[in-house]
Amino acid sequence: MIDFRISEADQHILDQVAAEGRAGEKYARHFEEHEHEPLPEAFPEAAEFEPLPRLLARRSKEDTPPATFQMLLSFARQSTNGVPLRNALRGGGGLGNAALRAAGTKEQIEKWGGLILAMSITEPGAGSDTKAIQSTARLDGEEWVLNGDKIFVTTGIRAQGVVVWATVDKSAGRAGIKSFLVMKGTQGFEIVRQEKKLGIRTSDTAAYAFRDCRVPRENLLGLDESVPREKGSASYRGVMKTFNMTRPGVASGGVAKALGAVGFARDALAEDGIKVDWQAGFHQRSATQQALIEMEADAEAASLTVLHAAWLADMGRPNNVESSVCKAKGGEVCRTVPQRAMELLGAMSVSHDHLVEKYLRDGRISDIYEGTGQIQRLIIARSILGYSSEELS
Amino acid sequence: MISFQLDEEQELIRDSLEGFAREVLRPQARAIDEAGAIPDEILAQGWELGLVAATIPEEYGGSGGTRSPMTGAIMLEQLGGGCASLASAVMASSTFVNPLLDFGTDEQKRDYLPLFAGPEPHYASLALQESQFGFGADRLRTKAERRGNGWVLSGTKRLVPFGDRASHFLVLATGGEAIDAFIVPRDAKGLAIEPEAGTMGLKPLPTAKLSLDRVELPGGARLGGDNGIDAARLLNTLRVASAAIAVGISRTVTDFAIPYAKERVAFGEPIAKKQAIAFMLADMHIECDTMRLMVWKAASQLDQGADATRATVLAQDYVRRHAVKVADDGLQIFGGHGFIRDLPLEMWLRNTRTVTVLDGPAAV
Repeated sequence: MIDFRISEADQHILDQVAAEGRAGEKYARHFEEHEHEPLPEAFPEAAEFEPLPRLLARRSKEDTPPATFQMLLSFARQSTNGVPLRNALRGGGGLGNAALRAAGTKEQIEKWGGLILAMSITEPGAGSDTKAIQSTARLDGEEWVLNGDKIFVTTGIRAQGVVVWATVDKSAGRAGIKSFLVMKGTQGFEIVRQEKKLGIRTSDTAAYAFRDCRVPRENLLGLDESVPREKGSASYRGVMKTFNMTRPGVASGGVAKALGAVGFARDALAEDGIKVDWQAGFHQRSATQQALIEMEADAEAASLTVLHAAWLADMGRPNNVESSVCKAKGGEVCRTVPQRAMELLGAMSVSHDHLVEKYLRDGRISDIYEGTGQIQRLIIARSILGYSSEELS
Repeated sequence: MISFQLDEEQELIRDSLEGFAREVLRPQARAIDEAGAIPDEILAQGWELGLVAATIPEEYGGSGGTRSPMTGAIMLEQLGGGCASLASAVMASSTFVNPLLDFGTDEQKRDYLPLFAGPEPHYASLALQESQFGFGADRLRTKAERRGNGWVLSGTKRLVPFGDRASHFLVLATGGEAIDAFIVPRDAKGLAIEPEAGTMGLKPLPTAKLSLDRVELPGGARLGGDNGIDAARLLNTLRVASAAIAVGISRTVTDFAIPYAKERVAFGEPIAKKQAIAFMLADMHIECDTMRLMVWKAASQLDQGADATRATVLAQDYVRRHAVKVADDGLQIFGGHGFIRDLPLEMWLRNTRTVTVLDGPAAV
């Protein structure tokens, strides 16, 4: 049965998570201004809130399925502007961990799965077009020798290890790209800098350099040393699978910022006597009220696409196109809705007295990382047109 | 619990209507539109699907199915994708029957529902729209006055579907505060029915102007008797249904544009290989999916008996903005061919614009 209701028990969890998020808002401005200051393990307020795993343990299996619920949690948490009261990044929770689980052998997953792993793909000259990757890996005896420059590595500072994409054979194109696990402290692996960003400042972003960096032969994820010449090699698909699973998650962040911005605008304007009367007729609405309705419609529409893509994953059904649909919508509303919220709120919305401008700055990345909106449209277009990536690029 | 799972019956209905829409409706939609009339045999075929009688209780001769705006949305998306005019024609009698099911007194149900349970099409429809451009359900000019035990209705209703043959109209009017619905037989004294001059979209759907000049009605004509109606629910149901038709048209436009874009060569390659076109198609696909989810959310709330006003306002707003854009972009992909009436693109644009305004502006 088509159903969009959230059970009382789940709503309670979501309310708790949102309350915890709001409690972290008092620290938000400090960490905007002290961008590279590490977050403490826990803030004092953390004690007031039950940890999420405990809340989740009480969930009924009959309720909203887990991946879908994760998206609701993300909406609840990320639609606030709070810094995490508990340092959220744990072993196993990095982007590189997802890649390890998708492409690693059982032994590799056992060995490194408990660490915080970053994912390092992007280079100064290669972002979305991953087959243009220039970093190389050369087998020398029982070791791989890595050389190249990497940028935009999320949690690249805090991570204990990193999954690095490098080509073992440039002439093989995409099929020659393999992923390697490199531990922090390995000789020849240098953290060049920590980036300064428009938003998401509590998430660290690193640039790396690899100079004759040697890692053991068994650090090749999947241990697949053959270099298949045909496109669509297993290891490449393995990595793309991680994107497939993470797109709704990333989209949920963008949607959350849109939901947060429209919520902020709605509440702030209501305090000033300007609010949407849902029962009032179309011709009774002011331009502001109509704008609020459109923002709410856009944010809600995007949220439904996210829930849909996650629900398909819960059901074990393919969600490749739907993941891109929700990523495209999330990317759209994270830009348009906070911008419009500020337009309605006027000059005071840019003041550092308030956090509404943070929605715009923090949301903006959602249309960029894990595939820009344009890349999502390419994926969707290829799928509906039946084109390969060579036929439509 | 959040779920996007259609139940078995809904899947069955969707699949069978998808086939009917593709094989029966789509091939005829263009010709029907051009002729400006729906042939009786197609109306009869539409009636045979039993969609109107499906939710009429067995005691009144119907099939006794559960009344479900959600299932209705699934049906109308498919029918709308085949032929919006026929979808609207099928919906026309439902706009009379469904409010009766939802709000009618036992006596009203007994008197009117059996009319729609037979094998032959029977027409009745909702009279909502009025002449003024500033129309809104909250600004009705059709007045209902109490006289003794009965009512007197005065006003003008426009664009009333099947005004030429409907046996009854459900006329929305107000006595001041509340919105009421009145069952008005076509032969009521003081009711004048004239055909409309025609409409930009849904061309084959016959519409009429109703002039009510102090039409006297018995007390039992007020839908719901002393309880009246939940006008918000009535209008929300109508709006979700119209939005579902619009989603259906959008899906058809998108599916029609895809093979053309792959076939049409410009500057040495199919236009689909150019991002300007490929991205338009991707956006059309994105919005079809997204609009459908918005419709589902509102429809499912109606099924649950909840106040679906907010979800309906949002769905209607979203679908209005995006369905017209999809139809318009579809036409653009075909260039000049989209403008020529040999192809259905211009029809889909006209129909989308029409179904997204016919239900009246959002909210009560």
